[in-house]
Amino acid sequence: MIADTMQPAAAQTGAAPMLEVNNVHAYYGHVHALKGISLTVGQGEVVALIGANGAGKSTTLRAVSGLLKLREGEIKIAGKSIAGVPAHDVVYMGVSHSPEGRKIFPTLTVNENLNMGAYSLGGAKAKIEGHRDRVFALFPRLRERRSQLAGTLSGGEQQMLAIGRALMNDPRLLLLDEPSLGLAPLLVKTIFDTVREINKTGVSILLVEQNARAALRLATTGYVLETGNIVLSGPASSLLADERVRKAYLGEG
Amino acid sequence: MELLAQNLLNGLTIGSFYALVALGYTMVYGVLKLINFAHGGLFMWGAYLGWTFLTILGFLVARTGPFALVPVVILVMITVGLMGVLLERIAYRPLRGTGRLPPVISALGAAFILESAARNLYGASYQVYPTGVDLSGRFNLVGNLTVSYTQVLAVVASLLLMALLYIYVNYTRTGTAMRAVSLDHDTSRLMGIDVNRIIGIVFFIGPALGGAAGVLVALHYGSFNFTLGWTFGLKAFIAAILGGIGNIPGAMLGGLLLGGVESLGAVYLGSQWKDVIAYALLALILIVRPTGILGERVAEKL
Ligand SMILES: Nc1ncnc2c1ncn2[C@@H]1O[C@H](COP(=O)(O)OP(=O)(O)OP(=O)(O)O)[C@@H](O)[C@H]1O
Ligand SMILES: [Mg+2]
Repeated sequence: MIADTMQPAAAQTGAAPMLEVNNVHAYYGHVHALKGISLTVGQGEVVALIGANGAGKSTTLRAVSGLLKLREGEIKIAGKSIAGVPAHDVVYMGVSHSPEGRKIFPTLTVNENLNMGAYSLGGAKAKIEGHRDRVFALFPRLRERRSQLAGTLSGGEQQMLAIGRALMNDPRLLLLDEPSLGLAPLLVKTIFDTVREINKTGVSILLVEQNARAALRLATTGYVLETGNIVLSGPASSLLADERVRKAYLGEG
Repeated sequence: MELLAQNLLNGLTIGSFYALVALGYTMVYGVLKLINFAHGGLFMWGAYLGWTFLTILGFLVARTGPFALVPVVILVMITVGLMGVLLERIAYRPLRGTGRLPPVISALGAAFILESAARNLYGASYQVYPTGVDLSGRFNLVGNLTVSYTQVLAVVASLLLMALLYIYVNYTRTGTAMRAVSLDHDTSRLMGIDVNRIIGIVFFIGPALGGAAGVLVALHYGSFNFTLGWTFGLKAFIAAILGGIGNIPGAMLGGLLLGGVESLGAVYLGSQWKDVIAYALLALILIVRPTGILGERVAEKL
């Protein structure tokens, strides 16, 4: 019922929100994976999407980046609908998606992976090198490994590469699917700090995380997904204090 | 000793043709995980189209001799490349997402269509390339070792094409995207790569190389007929598997290896054993390395 009383704190500054998801239904064959979900990411906002395994978090991100077609509902990026836009063109609307499981290209070098991240920029060499420098500043480890095959990186380094690759096209909206999965605690902190830094540069972020506490601390707004439905939403600080969230997702009580 | 060297030299010549054709199998397998059984047919069409263009451009052959091969090979590459693009549109794209078997059946169907069409249009008898383009000299190497001018030309041309492909795939933006698509379609889309466009490019380049190989092979042997696609094409397919299907350097290596081993076998066992040797080599390598010589990662993804 909190969903009824709490409104998402989207930064409504007159301009259209960065991302609007309205009553979206999506299927995998006969599996009804998203059952009419709605959420908003304001300009410059970090929004956390939490939920148990199989709730539909990754599916939501796949719908936003156009990989999964909607059965019903609408998705808008900065006011523009992505209906009928093929996935590879959604990138050109300013969306970058770092998918679940990193999905780096293992037999390409670190640099080639970053080049693919900047594929949508075409031959804009100077711009691409600028973005590469910025990624190397965020993750100095990647600079050392730039000629190495990505598949030979450690898990943490691969995660850095996945995020770095997603930053190479200078997105306005960054979709991050479990960036901290399988990382040592110290590295988790580094990754979250980096996400905060990225957001400070003006990038709006939709963050999917198992690590609900860290995600909600970072986010301004949070949504809780359960079997394809949004069951709770509101300011992240309220969700952190919510009894049910504490029990189900923060491992308390 | 000289016989051995001479045979090895011929083997490497044939091997470089195998390699050129094998690239088409391996590139398509890379991006679609599909064995394009119609590739041998496209390669054979390269030989026929080369013959046709040389006949039409007879005046050019009369005037420039072997130099007429340059525009002819380029024309053949473009035509066969476009046939490849068309093949993908008609026979494979509509079947995308239906599983692995339907496109393979479609590929076999396309192979039969290409073969029957050639047989019906050109007849079953052997076609002979115009004599004007045949370079009838030989280089003398050490001792009695010789190579024909045609052989040198064909080998140089195929090595050149392979080098160009290697540079394109490894050092250009589109080439890198091609390797990315071979690894993961969805993640490639997330990068902004139009996967269908890349597949289209692969279906142009692979058959274009196959078409060029068709002309070179016909030139090397002097004559050919519609069975070229199955006989020679299948060997090239073996070469692709040997090297590790999906792996571009693997196709080059597999081609040269197969050509070399076949020629060694011909020396020690007699040339009637050539095919036995090719298939035995395939079996042997697949037992030791099921993924082919260089093909580990792509095969693991299956
Ligand atoms: N390719 C697919 N085919 C069929 N069903 C799928 C497919 N992908 C996901 N699903 C189903 O859709 C539902 C939502 O999956 P999704 O991957 O979005 O969950 P998630 O919230 O990201 O879970 P996790 O925390 O485990 O990553 C699950 O029930 C899952 O089994
Ligand atoms: Mg998930």
